[in-house]
Amino acid sequence: MTKQNAIALAVLALVLLFIPRLFENPYHLGVLVWCGIYSLVCMGLSLFMGYCGQISLGHAGFCALGAYISGILTTKAGFAPFPALVVALIASLVVALAVGLPALRLRGHYLAMATLGFGVIVYVVGNANPFGLTGGPSGLTGIPGLSHEFSFFGLIRNEEERWYYFVWAIVLVLMVLLLNVVNSRIGRALKSIHGSDTAAKAMGVNTAKYKVEAFLLSAALASVAGSFYAHYVRFVNPEPFGLAFSIHLVTMVVIGGMTNLWGAIAGASVLTVLTEYFRVFKDYRLLFDGLILVVIMLAFPEGLFVGMAKKLTAAVRRTPVRAQAVAGASGKKA
Amino acid sequence: MDAILQVVSLRKNFGGVVALDDLSFEVREGQIKSVIGPNGAGKTTLFNIISGLYPPTSGQVEFRAKDIARLAPHVVARRGISRTFQNLQVFANMSVLENVMVGRHCRTTVGLLRSAVKFPRVLREERLIKSTAMELLSFVGLEDSAHRGAATLPFGKQRLVEIARALATDPKLLLLDEPASGLNVRETEEVGRLIQKIRDMGKTVVVVEHDMSLVMGISEEVLVLDHGRRIAEGSPREVQKHPEVLRVYLGEDIEHAEGTKS
Repeated sequence: MTKQNAIALAVLALVLLFIPRLFENPYHLGVLVWCGIYSLVCMGLSLFMGYCGQISLGHAGFCALGAYISGILTTKAGFAPFPALVVALIASLVVALAVGLPALRLRGHYLAMATLGFGVIVYVVGNANPFGLTGGPSGLTGIPGLSHEFSFFGLIRNEEERWYYFVWAIVLVLMVLLLNVVNSRIGRALKSIHGSDTAAKAMGVNTAKYKVEAFLLSAALASVAGSFYAHYVRFVNPEPFGLAFSIHLVTMVVIGGMTNLWGAIAGASVLTVLTEYFRVFKDYRLLFDGLILVVIMLAFPEGLFVGMAKKLTAAVRRTPVRAQAVAGASGKKA
Repeated sequence: MDAILQVVSLRKNFGGVVALDDLSFEVREGQIKSVIGPNGAGKTTLFNIISGLYPPTSGQVEFRAKDIARLAPHVVARRGISRTFQNLQVFANMSVLENVMVGRHCRTTVGLLRSAVKFPRVLREERLIKSTAMELLSFVGLEDSAHRGAATLPFGKQRLVEIARALATDPKLLLLDEPASGLNVRETEEVGRLIQKIRDMGKTVVVVEHDMSLVMGISEEVLVLDHGRRIAEGSPREVQKHPEVLRVYLGEDIEHAEGTKS
């Protein structure tokens, strides 16, 4: 790992550690739990979109799979949350393989359409209540929460803090692992597919295999995030997992800057906080997502943060010239 | 010397268009061979078939006595054939060094799960990839640009990045698709010397090129294609005198020019 990444991780960990002491209102901490859960999905999606250069409009479907399988197994089959999460993860991987193998032969818009179709299928199945498993539109209730065994050395004072530390600890661990991946032979192979599919193949990269691997990895993270969702809310219904949520996830990744894993956390957090505090406009969410997507793609294709930083440095570079000119002019007067 | 590459009755149709028509030739190990011909002669199609990007309509491509004509491109690369592209295909989203490091992909093994945890073996392999890539960058004279974005380099240097990247796959046979296109005279001469240095490393090089001074200067053999057929093959001197070659390169143009006048 590079030095910058190590420092960034350490700083983020320290900040995250002390944030709960700043917010006495557990509602604010709850927003940060959502930031963490969405960060998980976005990290995988960033790998698939930004590094590998593919597009998915169906990741809400994998979140839903994780959430529903965890919910069903814990409420109807007597599973504990962790084994349920693992089963959900494996099931999601199998589904991702079945969807990915044919779909990843497609490119661009066609791949987007295929994944979109998958997301819609999951949504429809959730609504249909097959075998009385999903509870249809009214959903599944009574899903257990996070075990009280997580006390983090007595640091934790309430349920929100328990979730907060749990989710963000996992985000940080996965961030370390994924940063390793992107700075490795595999990360370069993924980026080469984005750079030039043809050249990547000719250089010996099995592009089909790595596209599927990136898709599986992103589906796995989405599934885990979905399982967390189910246990955090303790209720699952189809409504939050529609097409709008898939687009919301893509918007998060785009805001943060697709080609940078840090952007996933940043984008997920910014958009989650904005969505939360502008709840009044909930009905217009899709409209805002679309607007944000267009503006970012046009003005800051590298993401809001890198893009703004570049525009700022460019502005700063321009100013000394003007400052000198002013200084020169005043010097003459004196 | 033995043939490293044997192309036998190769044919490629794109719909009704015949790009390669019953083409046969061989490349001997350790030689520099050029493939020339007017635009649309099928030169790049030939490279695309040899490197596995297109399947041929019929015929064989035997590399070191094994048919590779219908293998996937990444398998062909692993067998020992690498290439550059006429229309540059550097990975614009990566640094120059990373571009070359991608070339090491097919000679290294760390997979997705192991790459997530930096065990000593993973780190060792990564260091090796990096040092090999750096050596190749100094071989082509780009060591100072290692950490620049590949797309920020001028055209001529991007061609060198592609050559270094192709060499990183450790090829036995290197296919260079118009390595001098877009280069000035001095750069073209440098590329010529570089190609000879690559041959001296024991590699076989096949060059598609329009720059005749380069072709005639470095090639041991020249293959001339026209409309997907072989019209001449031999030493540069033989080929230059060949009546078919003169017709294709000069005759048709003269006839055409006269035709438009009258």
